[in-house]
Amino acid sequence: MTAGARVVAALHRGRTVALVPALSIALALVIGAVIMILSSPLVSGEFDPTLPVTAYQAMLSGAFGSFDGVVRTLVNATPLVLAGLAVGIGFKAGLFNIGAQGQFLIGALTAAAAALALNDASPFVAIPIALVAGMLGGLLWGFVPGALKAYTGAHEVVVTIMLNYVALAVLSWAISGPLRGQNVTFARTDDLIGASLPIFLGRDGHIGLLIAAVSVPLASWLLYRSTIGFEIRTTGANPDAARYAGMHPRKLIVFTMSLCGLLAGLAGASQLLGEVGYMTASFSTTVGFDAIAVALLGRAHPVGILFGALLFGAMQAGSGNMQILAGLPVQMVGVLQATILLVLTAEVVVRRLFRVQASGPELVELASVSRSYGGKGTG
Amino acid sequence: MTPGAHNRAPALLEMRGITKRYPGVVANDAISLEIRAGEIHALLGENGAGKTTLMNVLYGLAAPDEGEILMEGLAIKIASPHDAIARGISMVHQHFMLVPVLSVADNILLGDEPMKNLVFVDRSAASARIRELGASFGWEIDPERPVGQLSVGWQQRVEILKAIYRNAKVLVLDEPTAVLTPQETKEIFGVLRRLKAEGYAIVFISHKLYEVLEIADMITVIRRGKVVGSREPATTNEDDLAELMVGREVQLTVDRGESHPGDRMLEVEGISVNDDRGREVVHDVSFEVRAGEIFGIAGVAGNGQDELVGAVTGLRRVHRGTIRLGGDDVTRADPRRLHKMGVGFVPGDRQRFGLVLSFPLSDNLVLNDYYHAPYARGLVRDDDAILRNAEAVIAKYDVRTPSATVPSQTLSGGNQQKLIVAREFEGDVRLLVLDQPTRGLDVGSIEFIHRQAVARRDTGVAILLISAELDEVLELSDRIGVMYRGRIVEVLDGRSASREEVGLLMATGGRTSGIQEQIVETAS
Repeated sequence: MTAGARVVAALHRGRTVALVPALSIALALVIGAVIMILSSPLVSGEFDPTLPVTAYQAMLSGAFGSFDGVVRTLVNATPLVLAGLAVGIGFKAGLFNIGAQGQFLIGALTAAAAALALNDASPFVAIPIALVAGMLGGLLWGFVPGALKAYTGAHEVVVTIMLNYVALAVLSWAISGPLRGQNVTFARTDDLIGASLPIFLGRDGHIGLLIAAVSVPLASWLLYRSTIGFEIRTTGANPDAARYAGMHPRKLIVFTMSLCGLLAGLAGASQLLGEVGYMTASFSTTVGFDAIAVALLGRAHPVGILFGALLFGAMQAGSGNMQILAGLPVQMVGVLQATILLVLTAEVVVRRLFRVQASGPELVELASVSRSYGGKGTG
Repeated sequence: MTPGAHNRAPALLEMRGITKRYPGVVANDAISLEIRAGEIHALLGENGAGKTTLMNVLYGLAAPDEGEILMEGLAIKIASPHDAIARGISMVHQHFMLVPVLSVADNILLGDEPMKNLVFVDRSAASARIRELGASFGWEIDPERPVGQLSVGWQQRVEILKAIYRNAKVLVLDEPTAVLTPQETKEIFGVLRRLKAEGYAIVFISHKLYEVLEIADMITVIRRGKVVGSREPATTNEDDLAELMVGREVQLTVDRGESHPGDRMLEVEGISVNDDRGREVVHDVSFEVRAGEIFGIAGVAGNGQDELVGAVTGLRRVHRGTIRLGGDDVTRADPRRLHKMGVGFVPGDRQRFGLVLSFPLSDNLVLNDYYHAPYARGLVRDDDAILRNAEAVIAKYDVRTPSATVPSQTLSGGNQQKLIVAREFEGDVRLLVLDQPTRGLDVGSIEFIHRQAVARRDTGVAILLISAELDEVLELSDRIGVMYRGRIVEVLDGRSASREEVGLLMATGGRTSGIQEQIVETAS
C-alpha cells in the first residue's frame, strides 16, 4: 500500500468509527439544550427557548472566536491529550486505567519536587529534569498496578482507584510537609520559577502544547506501526492467542501500564509547570477522570483522543463566555460533558436511534470496559 | 422439482428465490425451499455455504434482498425474531440462547411472561405447564432448577421446550449435534422423531453426512449460496452427498503411502504435567516421533491430552521428565523458542488460541512471525510485506475471503482453520503438533487438512496428532499411542491396528479384568 492509499483507507475507517461519537455529541447537545430551557426561569424569570442558542453561540465564540480563545482551548486540551492517551493505550491492551488521575497527581508532585530543588538552576537544565521526574513519578504509579495485575491477578480497576486515594494523601502530606513553601499562608509549594515552561503562543500557550501535539503521532506509530504495538493490541484482544504466539502478556501488561502512567505523569508535570506554577492540594482534581471520557470519545485511537481533548478543552474555554452572555453557570459545561459520556456509553441506544449498523472491529477494544465490570466478555 | 415431490403434503412454509448479499459475497443466491409438517428437512452444506444466513432470513435476523416467504400459501413478512415466533417459527441456535443463572421456567418465559392482573408474572401456572410439557416427552424437568446446572444435552431440551411452549410449528435446529456426545445425539434424534410424529415441521442444519442420512426425510444441499440438489435418504449415500456438497468427488479417506521414518525428532521422556487446578493429570509419559511419520494419540477426551499438548508446545510447565527436539533439550522452552526451532502448532481451540478474531487475516497470518524480517525491520512493521504474504497464502491455500484485510471473525470455521494451517505449515517446520485439527469442520476442509498433513509428513516433518475422533487417528497415523488416565498405555502400528482394539484400550486402558469401576466410569 502506498502512503496515499493508506491515508485514504484511514480516512474511510475514521469516518465509520467517528460516526457514533459524533452522533453522541449531537444528542448530548440536544439534551443539554432541554436542560437549559428547563432551567431558564432561574436565569431570566421566564422560559426562554432561545437560551440554548445564545449559550452555544457564546461557548463557541469563547472557544474559537478570538486568538486568545483558541490558545485557551489548546492549553486546556493539552493535559487531556496526554492523560487521554494514558487511558486509551490501556484500553488497547485490555486494561481499564482509572488511575490516570493518581498518576497525573504523582507526576505533578515529583515534577514539583525536582523543580523546587532546581529553582536556581538554568531552565535548560531544570525543565527537562522536572519533566522527566514527572514522567518517572507517573511511571511508578502505573507500574505498581501493572505488576500487581500481571503477577498476582489483582484487578487494575480496583488497584488504580485505591492508588488515586494514596496519591491524594501523598500530595497533601508533601505540600504541608517537606515541600511546603517558605512564605505561604496555606499548604502549597513556593512558585516554581526555575522550571516554568516557556510561553510561545499568545498569552499562555506553553510548550506543553507541543509535547501533546507530538505525542499523538508517536502513540499512533507505537500502536499501529511498531511490533510492540502489535503485541499490545494482541494482548488486549486475545491474551491466550498472544501467549500461544510467543508474546509475553505479563511483561506487556507491566510495560503498558508503566507507559500509561508515564503519559499521565507527563500531563501532570506539563500542567504544573506550564499552567499552574505551584502545587496545591486542589491541583487539577478532574483531569484524570475527564481523560477517561476523552479516551472513550476518541474510541481509544490517538487521533480520536486528540479530537476528544480539543472538544473538552473548547467547552471549558467557552464556559466563561457562556456565563457572561447567557447567564448560565460554568458548571453547565460539566453537565454537558457528563451527558456526552452518558450517551456515549449507551452506544446501543444511539445506534437504535440513528439506525447505525455496528461498525467494524475498531470498537472491540472498548469491550475491556464492560469486561472490567464482570461482564461476560468475549469468551 | 424434487423426486417424489408430487405425492407429498403441501408445504407448510415455503421460501422462494431468497437472495441475500453481503459486501463482497452473495450468501444466498435465489434459494427456494419447501418445508412440510411432519417432516424433517435437512439442510446440508459446508461451513460458509449459506445455511445459517438462510435460516437467519427465516428467523427475521437478516432481511433478504430478494425473494419471499410463504406460510400455508400466503406471503408473510418476517422483520424480527418476534415476528417469526408469532408465526410459529422457532430456532434452536448452535450456541444456546439461555441465561445460565436463571431457572428453566424463567428461561422459557423470558420475553413472553404470562401476566396475572396485568402486573405480576404468573409463574406457578407457567411452571406447572412446563412440567407437564416435559412429562409429555417423558422428561422429568424441574422448572426451578438453574439452567447453568444442566448438562449440555438437557439445555438443548430446554431450548426445544421453549419453542414448543411458544406454540412453534416450525422448529429450526442449527447444528444441534455439534455440542453433543454420541449418546446425547442418539437421544435428541429420538426427540426429533417424536416431534415429527406429532406434526411439527423440523429443519435440521448439519454438515455431518451420516447424521443427515439417519434422521432426515428430505435433504437439500447448499453450496456457495445456491441449492445444488435435493435427495431423499433412500436414494442417496455419503459419497453422493459429499460430492454435491463440495462440488467435486471427495475422497473420504486419504491416500497415503508408506512412511519413511528418519531420525528421532521429538523425544518425550517420563514427563508429568499438572492441570490448571494443580492436580497431576499426565503421569510419566514417554514416546518419540520420528521425522517423516505421523504419531497419533487416541483417547477419550479428558485423559490428559490437553495437558500433554500444553507441555509439548511450551504453554504448560513440565514438572518431571524431559522433552527433546532434534536432540536439544526443550523441556523449559517457551512458545517463541519452539517456534524458532521449527515447531508448528495447530491448537485445539482455534478461536481462543489460534486467532485474534478482531484482527485482519493478514495480521493473523504473521501472529508468531511479526517481529522479524521480512515482516518487521527493527521495531517497525512492514505492512506491505505482511499484506503480500497474506495474499500469497490466501491464494495457495484457497482461503475463501473477500480480501486479506477483513477481520478473521468474518470467515467460516473451515476457512479460519485453513488460515491457521497455512501459518503453521509454512516455512522450515520440523515438528507439527495437530490438536483436534478437524474438529467441527466440514468434509471438504477435513479432506484438505488431512492431505496437507500427509504431504508435510512426506517432506520429512514429524507430526504429533491428537484427536478425539478415533477415525481420524486411525486414518492418518503411522503409529498410535493410546492415552488412558494420563498414561500412554499402548503403542500400536497404525496400519494393523483395528478400530475395536484401539476402542477397547481407550475405554479400559487395556485392563480386561479387575478394576471394574474404571470401565463403568469411563463409559458414563
